[in-house]
Amino acid sequence: MATDVRTVEVATPEFEIAAERAAARRGLLIALPSWLYLTLFFAVPLVIVFVYSFATRSSTGRTRLEDWNLESYRRLFDPLVGEIALRSLTLAFLTTLICLVVSYPFAYYIATRRPAIRNVLLVMVMIPFWSNFLVRTYAWRVLLGTDGPLSQLSQALGGDPIRVLFTNTAVLIGLVYGYLPFMVLPLYAALERMDWSLVEAARDLYADGLTAFRKVTWPLSRPGVIAGSILVFIPALGAYVTPQILGGARTTLLGDYIVSQFLAARNQPFGSALSFGVMAVMLAATIVYFRSGAKNL
Amino acid sequence: MSTGVRPKSPTERLLAGNAWLVFTFFYAPIIVLIIFSFNANNNVGIWTEPSFRWYGDMFRNDDVLAAIRISVTVAAISTVVSTILGTTTALALERFRFRGQRTYDGLVYLPIIIPDVTMAVMMLLFFAQSFRMLDGLFGWSPSFGIGTISLSHIAFNISFVAVVVRARLGQLDPALEEAAADLYANRWQAFRRVTLPLIAPGVAGGALLALTLSLDDVVVTSFVAGPGSTTLPVYVFGLVRRGVTPLINAVSTVMLVASMLLVLISLAFQRGSTSKVSLTDSGVDPESA
Amino acid sequence: MNESVRLDGVSKHFGDIVAVKHLDLAVAEGEFFSLLGPSGCGKTTTLRMIAGFEFPTSGSLTIHGVEMALQPPNKRPVNTVFQSYALFPHMNVAENVGFGLLMQKVESSEISTRVKRALDMVQLTHRAEARPKQLSGGQRQRVALARALVNEPEVLLLDEPLGALDLKLRQSMQVELKELQERVGITFIYVTHDQEEALTMSDRIGVMNEGLLLQVGKPEEIYEHPTSRFVADFIGEINLLPATVVDHQSVELQGGHVVRAATGAQPGEAVTVAIRPERLTLFELDQIIPEGANTVRGRVIRRTYHGDVFYYDIETAAGVLEVKEENRPGVELYDVGEEAVAAWSPRATTVVED
Repeated sequence: MATDVRTVEVATPEFEIAAERAAARRGLLIALPSWLYLTLFFAVPLVIVFVYSFATRSSTGRTRLEDWNLESYRRLFDPLVGEIALRSLTLAFLTTLICLVVSYPFAYYIATRRPAIRNVLLVMVMIPFWSNFLVRTYAWRVLLGTDGPLSQLSQALGGDPIRVLFTNTAVLIGLVYGYLPFMVLPLYAALERMDWSLVEAARDLYADGLTAFRKVTWPLSRPGVIAGSILVFIPALGAYVTPQILGGARTTLLGDYIVSQFLAARNQPFGSALSFGVMAVMLAATIVYFRSGAKNL
Repeated sequence: MSTGVRPKSPTERLLAGNAWLVFTFFYAPIIVLIIFSFNANNNVGIWTEPSFRWYGDMFRNDDVLAAIRISVTVAAISTVVSTILGTTTALALERFRFRGQRTYDGLVYLPIIIPDVTMAVMMLLFFAQSFRMLDGLFGWSPSFGIGTISLSHIAFNISFVAVVVRARLGQLDPALEEAAADLYANRWQAFRRVTLPLIAPGVAGGALLALTLSLDDVVVTSFVAGPGSTTLPVYVFGLVRRGVTPLINAVSTVMLVASMLLVLISLAFQRGSTSKVSLTDSGVDPESA
Repeated sequence: MNESVRLDGVSKHFGDIVAVKHLDLAVAEGEFFSLLGPSGCGKTTTLRMIAGFEFPTSGSLTIHGVEMALQPPNKRPVNTVFQSYALFPHMNVAENVGFGLLMQKVESSEISTRVKRALDMVQLTHRAEARPKQLSGGQRQRVALARALVNEPEVLLLDEPLGALDLKLRQSMQVELKELQERVGITFIYVTHDQEEALTMSDRIGVMNEGLLLQVGKPEEIYEHPTSRFVADFIGEINLLPATVVDHQSVELQGGHVVRAATGAQPGEAVTVAIRPERLTLFELDQIIPEGANTVRGRVIRRTYHGDVFYYDIETAAGVLEVKEENRPGVELYDVGEEAVAAWSPRATTVVED
């Protein structure tokens, strides 16, 4: 067996270092294609947006890559922008809260079923999740129409037709509907992984149901709560499709606002600054998640 | 955890009730949509009688068919490329250590965090700028179309595939790869015969995710598409903004059913394949011994 | 001795952590050699270096005379049985066992023959088509063995393979493994933290602690004549009494008592006297004690019943002694509070110098 001996050397620290370097080179080689791709088609575009945010908008709406200035960033502090940002933040926050309140008992229920039933329930959650997002949002457009089925139902029950479409409420419903699975799945994962004997131990030590939940289940499921919240908050903040379909002209949100800078308003520098700003907020939120949640995992 | 039969306490009933409500919430809109796609009436909300009229219209509509063709093409290209690149990314991050790995790691995770509006803006400006440059340097002026859409989709899909595959890689008992080497496999053989089959479900899951994200995408695509290269969701989105018609219901139903079928097929595939075996089933988890 | 594996000056550093400080070890051809020690002592690292999963930081590692220190694992004529068995979950038993042969490009008809023979050897022929997850722990273990042995390696390495099995199964597997090794005749290097396992199965044992090989020898040598305090304490139960050397044949215990013991240490040196509890016998105060025995007088402070034996704790001027007495008719029982004399043979007195 020992016929193709590579070297007849004794081990030395230098060899160990050389071996590690060779392994690192291999890793780098494997990483290279995607690294190059992401640099060219992600990092560079990001830099371009950053650069554009300092550019000037000509009177015709064209972008002039000269006369660099902070005008766009200054404009970020305009009251109008603040209003839109506040509306978006509130909406994202409300979405996250509602998702959490609805999802927690739901995820808890699934996590406490028998394994066979659990899998079936999970598949039933996954199916709408994997279905087309646009279509699912559009379904609410149909449902919430003034002549729509829900409206007819309420009229049949003696009430008024529903006038929810094109309001913030409609957008909220649409966002909650769209992002609910993003909250359910991490919560479920955290609850399923939990050591339930701890809850039993708490009951054994005379804690009632509520206390056991408060002192054992809730703290242990917190990483799931944080993960789910981030997964809902971030997309909700930058939402575009949902407000476009369910919202109206009165409910401009950040997503709409940014897009309009590249279409109607033709102010690319400002749009770039906005995009970058929103991204920075999300990056901060994610870092907060990793700092607080990750160490509990 | 204990799964014994427990008496139904009030809390239990509440939880079950809540669960049923949530499921109704999940499925009702979809079901209503599907039902109304068979509505003969022009007016979307008012049900008159069942009809296949809108499906007929849909399949005769050239715009819809073109959009379907483009969606599938883009999805196919971006899924294949991003699955390959995403898998190599996961391998590089999980199995190796090299200088600059932290930067690489950050670069890979960034597309997941970025809102799609920002991504759309990024890609638009990038392509616009590069096309101007290419025109100036080489006289070659590419246009926005399937190429730009695919390139953009790949850019965000790589990360998602990488995350899924990486999770699966992390679950693998490292002793398995050592065992392969112990049994005379070289690095490539160990990868092909042990690692790859065992991460296959992760790769498949990542591919499915990439496919779904590509088929779902609206904002990025609408920014980097050109005339004549609309994808189905962008087309539907355009229709919806102009007003609701039953045609959209039919198209939507088809999209829904297609994506649900995809999921069920992939689930069935997973159940049937050997890789459904849990990774610690191969031996013993030393910690739990 | 005919050497199969030899380590000279082998060390392993992981950054600042020194897992193995300095190892000189020669394993004989065809022997069942155990590396024994507590967690973190470096025994697994040593095994991995022999297998090739780690390269030594320095030193020489030869297998049947051929330098192998820097060879990758797939180029070494050794095979490993892993602690977690590491059976390939996506292959059935036969494919698992045949994997090494496949990698060595053995002809497929020969693979089937050899796989069948290996499975016969571990009595698992009837499960050749099964997947690992369908097997019990003991069966998986045997598949791991077959998978390694089918390749006819020059040395077989085993990393705590019995740790996950329950007691009865573990004991029967110990016997099986030992018989297997004798039948197959190749060198087995076995890593364990269970000293009973090492004592029962090994031809020789190497005791390790904190990256160093403290003592190598036959089980009886290790047990009866430990050369260091750690080894004395780690294996079995032992009484350890501080003492000072008087001359090469006697030491003075605490409390001034002088007893006979052979030692190479210098007079005046501080040493530890080690006596196994079963080597101590209790006598009543007025009984006649055999000539030449070491004796110490004390009071019984505790007696525990262990079914087949009694354990007594005797408080003496030299320290508390643990005495093990058989539970047999005719053997005197001592009550707590009673005065008694503990006696033992000078030959059973080991003096360790650390």
